[in-house]
Amino acid sequence: MRELSLHILDIAENGITAGADCIHIFVNESRSDDRLKIKIGDNGSGLPPEKLDKLADPFVTTRTTRRVGLGLSLLAAAAQRCEGELTVETEPGKGTEVVATFRYNHIDRAPLGDMASTITTLIMGNPDIDFVYTHIIDENDFSLDTREIKKEMEDLSLSDPMVIHHLTESIRRSLRQLEASEDKTETREDTDGKTDNR
Amino acid sequence: MAKLTIDDLKKIKEKSTKETSLRYGKANIKITVHMGTCGIAAGAREVMSALMEEMADADRQDIRVVTSGCMGMCSSEPNVTIEIEGAEPIVYRDMDQNRMRQVFKRHVLLGEVQTDFALARM
Repeated sequence: MRELSLHILDIAENGITAGADCIHIFVNESRSDDRLKIKIGDNGSGLPPEKLDKLADPFVTTRTTRRVGLGLSLLAAAAQRCEGELTVETEPGKGTEVVATFRYNHIDRAPLGDMASTITTLIMGNPDIDFVYTHIIDENDFSLDTREIKKEMEDLSLSDPMVIHHLTESIRRSLRQLEASEDKTETREDTDGKTDNR
Repeated sequence: MAKLTIDDLKKIKEKSTKETSLRYGKANIKITVHMGTCGIAAGAREVMSALMEEMADADRQDIRVVTSGCMGMCSSEPNVTIEIEGAEPIVYRDMDQNRMRQVFKRHVLLGEVQTDFALARM
């Protein structure tokens, strides 16, 4: 996939298929440590232990309609080629947590991409499911919790096209601010001569 | 911690309330964007973005958008299914942003099935 945010959308959809009603999405861009960590957790049905060690195998799937399951194996491959790894913790009946790590500046690392679209696509397509999204860039972070938003919006549906439109814009703006505030730290560090040029 | 601030939410709410105050009623058109791994890799999210923009422009309360998993026709992804009450559901294949806009404007709003890229009647 062209963007890591597409993997996130895909894995989150898996959780929804597994019957989750709340999905946690966590992105940590730690440029100073040269690491990127993505975590997607759900409270769905979880996986039986015998599937766990074969998760990244494209020819293993819980689906019965087809014998190919590509989502997790693609993400595992993306992480592994960037000096990272994919780990999955799951407990039947409790949920699943997928963690993918990457070397931030690895030449093969796909860009994170349009996170705002991923989040609002999830919200729009799954109005009954809650999403908690946390995004950290070095020292700064941004979070969004649809349970809080729903409370604040009262009678307005979160899947209303106008609400979704404004929400996408707000997330984009907030993420831009995160990056901008990060830039300041970077400049400061650069003048101290502590960080390498990228 | 930076959050989607209450002010942001209030603004969203204010704008949206003005724009949606006249809407009510039940949805009788359902648009399904298939979002399996295959669909996402082929561009389903971009199709969804175009659909969200069109929905915001059209300002119609009787249209519901949902996502679903792969329906087994991975080679023709992104697939979009349009179900209009009283008509046969139509699956569109190889969708992109422009096709989505066209299908939305012509089929969803005007009822003209776009046979050029319709995959099947269900």
